Amino acid sequence: MRVRGLQGSSPIGWKGRPPEFRREARFAYALIMPSLLLMVGLIVVPFFYAFWISLHRVNFLFPGRPFIGLENYVHMTTNQDFWASVGRTIYFTAVSVVTQTVLGIAIAQLLNKPFRGRIIVRTLLLLPWAIPTVVNGTLWRWILDGSTGALNHLLLQLGLIKHNVIWLGRPFLAMNMVILGDSWRMLPLYVIMFLAGLQAIPEDLYDAARVDGATSWDCFRYVTLPFLRPVILVVLILRTLQTFRVFDIIYVMTRGGPANGTMVITFLTYFTTFKFQNFGYGAALAFFIGITTLGMAWVYIRTLRGREEAL
Amino acid sequence: MMGARSRRIWHRIKPQTFLVYLGALLLLLWTLAPAYWLLASAISPSHELVAYPPHWFPDNPTLERLQAIIGSKMLRASSMQTMAAPAAFFRRAILNSAIVASTTTLLCLGLGSLAGYAFARLRFPGRGFLLILPLALQMLPPIALVIPLYSLVQALGLIDTLAGLILVYPSFLLVYVVWVMTGYFQNIPEELEDAARVDGCSRLGAFFRIVVPLSTPAFFSTGLLTFLLAWDEFLYALVLTSARAKTLPVAVGEFSTQFGIDYGMMMAGGLLASVPPVIIALLFQPLLVRGLTTGSIKG
Repeated sequence: MRVRGLQGSSPIGWKGRPPEFRREARFAYALIMPSLLLMVGLIVVPFFYAFWISLHRVNFLFPGRPFIGLENYVHMTTNQDFWASVGRTIYFTAVSVVTQTVLGIAIAQLLNKPFRGRIIVRTLLLLPWAIPTVVNGTLWRWILDGSTGALNHLLLQLGLIKHNVIWLGRPFLAMNMVILGDSWRMLPLYVIMFLAGLQAIPEDLYDAARVDGATSWDCFRYVTLPFLRPVILVVLILRTLQTFRVFDIIYVMTRGGPANGTMVITFLTYFTTFKFQNFGYGAALAFFIGITTLGMAWVYIRTLRGREEAL
Repeated sequence: MMGARSRRIWHRIKPQTFLVYLGALLLLLWTLAPAYWLLASAISPSHELVAYPPHWFPDNPTLERLQAIIGSKMLRASSMQTMAAPAAFFRRAILNSAIVASTTTLLCLGLGSLAGYAFARLRFPGRGFLLILPLALQMLPPIALVIPLYSLVQALGLIDTLAGLILVYPSFLLVYVVWVMTGYFQNIPEELEDAARVDGCSRLGAFFRIVVPLSTPAFFSTGLLTFLLAWDEFLYALVLTSARAKTLPVAVGEFSTQFGIDYGMMMAGGLLASVPPVIIALLFQPLLVRGLTTGSIKG
């Protein structure tokens, strides 16, 4: 997303400015104020308030709200469940984003070639993305159902398996099945972003390469990839940020189970806070997620800015 | 004779072309099969759903579940017992989702476009900072904010109300609207406004009379995406509602804990939840694609 003035915000001071300037600024603030108040009230204040809560013991098992300093954070960093959930989150994010990026580029390449019915394929492509996340999770839970699910029935009919597989019954398998369900819905998003990137590559570059005797792999390696690199970079960072927060599909497909196999960090936070009513520790987890996200967001914004300066 | 001819046709098809069509076919299968199963499960009678060999195409498709939810048809006495409560549960959730998503969308469009206009046209101290800051804030996942927001909504006595959700939803929608509208407004030639202001129009008047009408497509496409995001939201609705104000995603997600596992009914509710976004996605695809590739949002 590029908005002019990201780089063009030269410092402007109040002093020595004509009243006309002040009037314009006052008018601007008036226009921004409602949005700003909502953003501060709904994002900034809650973010810091979460930190404040995390410094207390807020637990319905214990009366009162004693201030306990960083005790929740000590508990967090010395807790195996926490690190296990961080590991699972990293696994989920890395495998989803990398798989979806690779497949996304491949599918975008395919849809960038002329063939009959391409417009239909392109239109239908967006269908999975339009299905609400929770509905998608429920649908996949049903498809993967251990006794009467469509996948088991299909594989049995094709003779590929002899007995039903409990797809969501084993921790590691369940995690990968959640990734499968997530990929079905999110792939279209990658494809349209990469397709936009591909369409920006001038056709005569390929012609020139072919005249020089380049194979189609050469074309991909030396023309497509370098041109697509900035898009890939943005997609990777942005999707990492968004995949890292996975919650909805886990809630519907596995509720963090089996045997905590899909207990990612967001779900651990939800569980700690709203099931075990341990608000203090939950807030510490939430704040950890917030800080991590802001760190990644900072990298993202710097990347965007760096690109804009390069242009 | 026949063989020679078909061989000739096969020779004319380049292996690459063949691969492209094969790939397109696989892509279509992968895209459509699960979506088809959502539809087929919603209209299959319960005994056909669990039958083996599976009924990939239901022998006796029934719209009973969908009609029960929409409330278009009185239920037969036999299915009354099992279907009435879940159907009412979904019906209420559809209404809640529609109210929450459309109200938040209008609210965010209204407030966000005013701010976007200021960022696009006016010069004021702190402009760059105020434009960048929300971009970072927007990245904060709902889980990082949900605990304090829960306290806030509780303090206001708005737990399990639609107002509580409408209050909280701008936290993940407003920044997006501000950014996209800023970008659109910058692309409208300033001269048009200048002309209007020479004719005695105030700045705000020029905004409403010139800029807003010219930006109708922008309002429309931004509104569509905002609506889709609000329609899809789950975590806030899950935490901030308990009974009356449940939205459709919560109803679908919580269905099995309330009524047991009934995939036919869950798919029927899911199908109805998918209808508005799927229609929007298929009808307004070019608009959405532009919004997604320039805005690069949506999680």
